[in-house]
Amino acid sequence: MHFSRKSLGIPYAVFLLLFVIAPLLVLFYYAFTDGSGQFTLTNLTGFFMNPNTMGTMVYSFALATVTTVVCVALAYPLSYILATSRIKSKTLVIMIFVMPMWINFSLRITAMKEILSAIEGNLAMHPFLNAVIGMTYDFLPFMILPIYTAIAKLDPAYLEAAEDLGANPRSAFFKVTLPLSMPGVISGVMMVFLPAMTNYVVLDMLYNSTYIMGSLIGSYFAAYNWHGGSMIALILLGIICLFTYLSDTREDASARGGAVL
Amino acid sequence: MESKEIGNIIELNHVMKRYDDNGFVAVHDFNLEVKKGEFVTFLGPSGCGKTTTLRMIAGFELPTEGEILLNGKSITNLPPYERPINTVFQRYALFPHMNIYDNIAFGLKQKKLPKEEINRKVKRILKLVDLEGFEDRSVSTLSGGQQQRIAIGRALVNEPEILLLDEPLGALDLKMRQEMQIELKAMHDRLGITFIYVTHDQEEALTMSDKIVVMSEGTIQQIGTPEDIYNEPKNIFVADFVGDSNIFSGIMTGDKRVRFCGGEFECLDEFPQGTHIMAVVRPEDVELVHPEDGIIQAEVTSIIFKGMHYEITMQAGRNEIVSCGTKSAAVGDRIGITLAPDGIHVIKAEDNTNTFRVDVTRDFGIEYNGETLADSQTLLDLFPGSKQLEDGSIVDTSGSEIDFDRYRIYASIQPGEIDMTDNQEEGLEVGNIYNLIYEGDHYLYVIHTESEQDFVVYDEDLWNMGDRVGLIIPVDKLTFSVVKK
Repeated sequence: MHFSRKSLGIPYAVFLLLFVIAPLLVLFYYAFTDGSGQFTLTNLTGFFMNPNTMGTMVYSFALATVTTVVCVALAYPLSYILATSRIKSKTLVIMIFVMPMWINFSLRITAMKEILSAIEGNLAMHPFLNAVIGMTYDFLPFMILPIYTAIAKLDPAYLEAAEDLGANPRSAFFKVTLPLSMPGVISGVMMVFLPAMTNYVVLDMLYNSTYIMGSLIGSYFAAYNWHGGSMIALILLGIICLFTYLSDTREDASARGGAVL
Repeated sequence: MESKEIGNIIELNHVMKRYDDNGFVAVHDFNLEVKKGEFVTFLGPSGCGKTTTLRMIAGFELPTEGEILLNGKSITNLPPYERPINTVFQRYALFPHMNIYDNIAFGLKQKKLPKEEINRKVKRILKLVDLEGFEDRSVSTLSGGQQQRIAIGRALVNEPEILLLDEPLGALDLKMRQEMQIELKAMHDRLGITFIYVTHDQEEALTMSDKIVVMSEGTIQQIGTPEDIYNEPKNIFVADFVGDSNIFSGIMTGDKRVRFCGGEFECLDEFPQGTHIMAVVRPEDVELVHPEDGIIQAEVTSIIFKGMHYEITMQAGRNEIVSCGTKSAAVGDRIGITLAPDGIHVIKAEDNTNTFRVDVTRDFGIEYNGETLADSQTLLDLFPGSKQLEDGSIVDTSGSEIDFDRYRIYASIQPGEIDMTDNQEEGLEVGNIYNLIYEGDHYLYVIHTESEQDFVVYDEDLWNMGDRVGLIIPVDKLTFSVVKK
């Protein structure tokens, strides 16, 4: 038998088949069948008709949106100031902001819990606020890195061109820097929004018993309702795909613009 | 303060730029007056300060000292967005997130003009740059030449008092560049806007400009019309940078008579007898004649056919002479050379530094008249980033071997460092004293050597005219420089 470059790909093809394609097919199968194995759409309609699941969806959305907005609001000014400042050890400062990422997640959240308890007394008083604080703390580095990179690699000639054409610094920022750094913001949003919808561990550890999408799926499977759980996972997958598609088309447009430089 | 002549749109007075972070002085004492409607070019090699000067006019950099006047009013510290000046950037800097219409309309929108007026102006400018109907195209779908036109249009639509162009044609291919040169010039003539253009391309500068400012190492070398710059270069740098030229070190021998390259020629420039001069001869002014009719004789070392003419390189003593003309010859031919008086441009030597050409030996030492002056380390220092490999060859930063036939290496020494001796064997050079001038506390001697070179030497002792002397040149006092052929 000839050993060709193609055969090097076989292990990866097997991996894809076993751990990506097959589980997806299983997911699809359970999502669209009932207990007796008959095709059905009740899982889908059930999700959208059930006020509890819809409530969880809305709560997750609200939590993820607020977390993302707070992350952008914190990360953008920081990244902008850092990227445009004259300090020499920029990477070091970025490292300091990113460093919590390298400390064990549960340890970080436990510490956060202690701090919040000390301030608030009873954590159950502000469940939503605590969840936002915990998630922001957890996800902020994922927002800082792409935004910082996007601003730092901006050709200063664009800004000079804007000022040359009569734009004052404020106007130049809103007309040039901000739109040209949007790809970084979008990457950051992608990295923060979706995990924030599902990462129920943060809520659990902060004694917030409200279900979000992640815990909802878990509860279905815990109750042996594989069909309903699969459908929710599938719906989440659909949302993720939609997001990715939308941001890709935007990034394509800006990448094409950037390619001529 | 100088009186302000009416018609100067912009004036730079004693402008100096020093960078705070490393103390580097990019521009020294820059003085320039530009009349309304002129096409002025800053010409010089990279790092000469031409772009920094342009950026100070645009407002991106602030001068450390001096002032910039626009129509007689100081704009020295005005930010770029408050100056009625627009720039065409080196790599265009068109906004990639906007279409062509929005790019061109950017400046007009900043001025908050009514929409119909913006529409009208954008349309008109697209017509001017010959890209009608491109409004909705995105920047990335345009070719380099088209982007260039949009960049010019985006600046011109604001009707600036001055248009600054920072090497705008650098990224285009040769044919495109030549077309754009003609177009830019035509645009300038039509619009009557003052253009300040930055380039390192001397041909571009000569073709387009009304006035050229030649710069080197942050200092203005010469300001003049293209004809002035080409025909009457003020110093060796200008002569060498603008156009091809033969440059010889020589001496005035009498009224409008000059000696260099082993021959005596008539010239049009007057300097006192004995003045140390540099003679600039353009290749097209070198006349080739029969050996016996020539003032000097030379041997042909190479001939290159250039289409319009032959470029012939000849060797006369230690001097290399390049000519270009329609006559051909063969390598090894003995040829006579004459120079018409108007073909010789004489520049007074800035100081009496002796500069002479030296050779690279096989093992990359530097030698003169068979004597070694320096080792390969000196050569390595002359080519920044070069290094010597284990097999002895010298490579540049990109790793390819340096061909030293393509460079001329010069050694320089101050006249006070050379000693004269009766013992001719001791000297690196042997020659006769040709001229002597008493300069208060020392004599200035000109020694004409056997290899047809003139050396200037200061000595406290009195020697006689015609004395035959050896010249002791201390090796450690030599400085070396390199010129690309």
